[in-house]
Amino acid sequence: MSYLFNTPEDQRAMLESIGVGSIDELFAQLVPDEARLHRELEIPPAMSELELTAQMQSLAAKNTACSSRPCFLGGGAYDHFIPAAVDALASRGEFFTSYTPYQPEVSQGNLTVTFEYQTFITRLTGMDVANASLYDGATAATEAALMCLEATGRRGRVVVAGSVHPEYRQTLQTYLACLGVELVTVGALDGTVSAAEVAAACNDQTACVLVQQPNFFGCLEDVEAIGMAAHEAGAMFVVSVDPISLGILKKPSEYGADIVTAEGQSLGNPLHYGGPYLGIIACKSEFVRRMPGRIAGQTVDRRGKRCWVLTLQTREQHIRREKATSNICTNQGLFALRATIYLSLLGPHGLRETAELCARKSHYARSLLSTGTRFSSAFAAPTFKEFVVRDNAGAVEQLLADAEQEGYFAGIALGRWYPELADCFLVCVTEKRTRAEIEGLASVLTSSPAGLTAELANHHA
Amino acid sequence: MRNTRALSPIFELSAPGRRGATLPASDVPYAALDDILPADARAHALPDLPEVAEPDVVRHYTCISQLNMSVDTHFYPLGSCTMKYNPKRNERLASLPGLLDLHPYQSETSHQGMLQLLFELQQMLAEIAGLHVVSLQPAAGAHGELAALMTAAAYFRDRGENRTKVLAPDSAHGTNPASAAVAGFDAVTVRSTPEGYVDLDDLKSKLDDQFAVFMITNPSTLGMFEKNIRPIADMVHAAGGLLYLDGANMNAILGISRPGDFGADMMHYNPHKTFSGPHGGGGPGAGPIAVREMLGPYLPAPLVAFDGVRYRLDYDRPKSIGRVRSFFGNVGVLVRAYCYIRTYGAKGLREVSENAVLNANYLLSKVKHIFPVPQGERCMHEFVATASKIKAERGVSAMDIAKRLLDYGFHAPTVYFPSTVKESMMMEPTETESKETLDAFANALFRITEESPDLLHEAPHSTGVSRPDEVKAARQPQTSWPKA
Ligand SMILES: Cc1ncc(COP(=O)(O)O)c(C=O)c1O
Repeated sequence: MSYLFNTPEDQRAMLESIGVGSIDELFAQLVPDEARLHRELEIPPAMSELELTAQMQSLAAKNTACSSRPCFLGGGAYDHFIPAAVDALASRGEFFTSYTPYQPEVSQGNLTVTFEYQTFITRLTGMDVANASLYDGATAATEAALMCLEATGRRGRVVVAGSVHPEYRQTLQTYLACLGVELVTVGALDGTVSAAEVAAACNDQTACVLVQQPNFFGCLEDVEAIGMAAHEAGAMFVVSVDPISLGILKKPSEYGADIVTAEGQSLGNPLHYGGPYLGIIACKSEFVRRMPGRIAGQTVDRRGKRCWVLTLQTREQHIRREKATSNICTNQGLFALRATIYLSLLGPHGLRETAELCARKSHYARSLLSTGTRFSSAFAAPTFKEFVVRDNAGAVEQLLADAEQEGYFAGIALGRWYPELADCFLVCVTEKRTRAEIEGLASVLTSSPAGLTAELANHHA
Repeated sequence: MRNTRALSPIFELSAPGRRGATLPASDVPYAALDDILPADARAHALPDLPEVAEPDVVRHYTCISQLNMSVDTHFYPLGSCTMKYNPKRNERLASLPGLLDLHPYQSETSHQGMLQLLFELQQMLAEIAGLHVVSLQPAAGAHGELAALMTAAAYFRDRGENRTKVLAPDSAHGTNPASAAVAGFDAVTVRSTPEGYVDLDDLKSKLDDQFAVFMITNPSTLGMFEKNIRPIADMVHAAGGLLYLDGANMNAILGISRPGDFGADMMHYNPHKTFSGPHGGGGPGAGPIAVREMLGPYLPAPLVAFDGVRYRLDYDRPKSIGRVRSFFGNVGVLVRAYCYIRTYGAKGLREVSENAVLNANYLLSKVKHIFPVPQGERCMHEFVATASKIKAERGVSAMDIAKRLLDYGFHAPTVYFPSTVKESMMMEPTETESKETLDAFANALFRITEESPDLLHEAPHSTGVSRPDEVKAARQPQTSWPKA
């Protein structure tokens, strides 16, 4: 086998040094017979690299890659531009085959990256401290809520906007249910939540209010007013953001966020069918000791030389065990690295231009998809890179399937999460989409016969 | 030879006007920004990021990468972490556009190949575990522990039982009690014997009617196969509880012993350890969980289902705990695990464990003369040696030895975990190391014991930076670069 070393010769010498006759005898001394498997595993036989390559290629060939056609899918996972240098640098073995920097003297590369990453995140969000990463956007938002329970000592309720990503809310629900904390969802009938309804949902046991900006529908929330409502109720204000949007939108610190979380996939990370992604979390300095996960800090070595090290570790599970701020150990370091390289390459102008292109192109797409009679914009609120389209013929599933036949990943049906939006779908337009693709999408969707009777279809044509 | 300029944090390389990426001009009809995004929602200033050219970025990250030790460059016997070789073919294959460029919400018809892969992985992981139903959703080992404990809680709730305690041995990884707490249980510690086995009397005394789950790591963090595993499973089940297996150490028993067969009801895998997913400087991992049939309905949804013709995501699981994260799972890690298992096949996986255990025992046979191994003469995939003798005699600590090993070109073992052994050094060589490497490592350990304590206290000497001042870092935390 290609990854093993021991020749029969080696094995003989090693067994001799150990003082056993055979590997079988070694296992017999270690594993009680009643716990042994006395047959071979039922797993397909070994494959050479060539055979494995053929197998993986055949599996891959049964999939349609988003990169092979115009992709207008978003919903928390985005098809953004990834510069080649991100792949080239992040695939260096010194980065991706190392682990948590337990030995800082031989991990200064990873620690420098983590420190740079934390700096980028604090600068984009306006927060004071960021950690080294969490699993994804959903668990980041959830960990933020758990921080708020501790920080406020209020363990009764968490208030969440219905316009937060449905899977983030489901994750939050799963965790809070274990702790007996109530999750109250504020409806977003017009695509956004009202600050007055948020205020009404808060009681004196509410730990925090969680909103997403831009929200799951792409709409901008009135974050200033919601933040004020949260604080007036004595609750903390947690905002989940799209990091690309921070190239053009206000920093969450400017509208009162106490903790900011995000899905960092859009920062130079591939789609990979939903993971691994990058959970971003950053907070005001007063909450740093409740932060989950690893944090890198600057210090000096014995010779006074600047260096970096994992710090504030008394928050973590390997020291505090059941009293730790979180159970996280392995994080998403490789994707924090990719985000750091991505942001270094883009710089202030590149990130601004990316955000602006998303806004301009999706605005154009939104206007094309709300002019005719078939489609309308579901919500009036301003949107960033995603928007919700209502199909007045009410045939979303068929419409999207037809568009796929025509070579477009046109959008995401919303009915599975929002029954009242069963006639709606979410369209995402990133900087990668061209005018021709956008117009192609509009024409494919507008000319679709889905849901129309023959007569109506003729009328439309 | 070091390029000191390129090693500076990226902020020191910034100069106004430079950039590392250009975007195309907008090709859609012009609209005023004010008509797209209201002015009061927009930022007043550009994002505060450094301005660097692409060659600077490449040189900076290339140069700092060289400050890391890694599996590609060094022997990395970090116990409990299974730092084995990460096959290059897996990287190439996981990056095929037909696997990499898939959106989590694209239609099921457009990714039947991915669903097939994940379905087959569910089946293979169930077979290796000797368990029945697998959820691939959790994002890491700790996340798998948490998801499984939530699953157990839902199971007991459904049966109308109110069980509040989760037990784990004192030698357990910190994530075990931490996961218990996040899942809303009270974490209770069970003592281990000096040899690293579960103290059966102590366990028995804690199996009351509040007891829900016993989390056992087998092979243990001391690298011992729990000799009483069957009686333990029987005790746990007789008390109406569940046995959870922390599968971080599966690398020792692939095809040799199956958790389901020795009585575990649920377990997580660490595919980033056992199945060679690269550790990425801290992550990603994945934490698939396998459970017995009766627990299957409570697992996080969706699972991948197959009706003989088509693969689909099965969300129709009314008793499911729900989601523990967004989207399907850490698919990139799972694809690599699939490649790894298919590469080895059944016989090969067994050889992996045989050679992992052989290498560890060989290293133990070389090290025990230098540092005592309290657990004895034998181990599974790893063992824990102690520096307490040399500490008492010459003041040299496990930390000193770990640091000095770096000078010899070896990553250090895991030190000071588990805390049940004083001055512990946990060594896990893995199967992807040669006898020559193990000899050289043992030789370095021996030479270190002959070196002067003063030299060792100051180690490492050759790494560019010496020991960081951790107290200063914690007292005045500086966790980001100061603003200009
Ligand atoms: C024994 C043991 N259990 C659990 C874990 C947690 O796994 P992860 O780091 O993937 O969350 C680890 C690894 O760090 C471990 O060694």
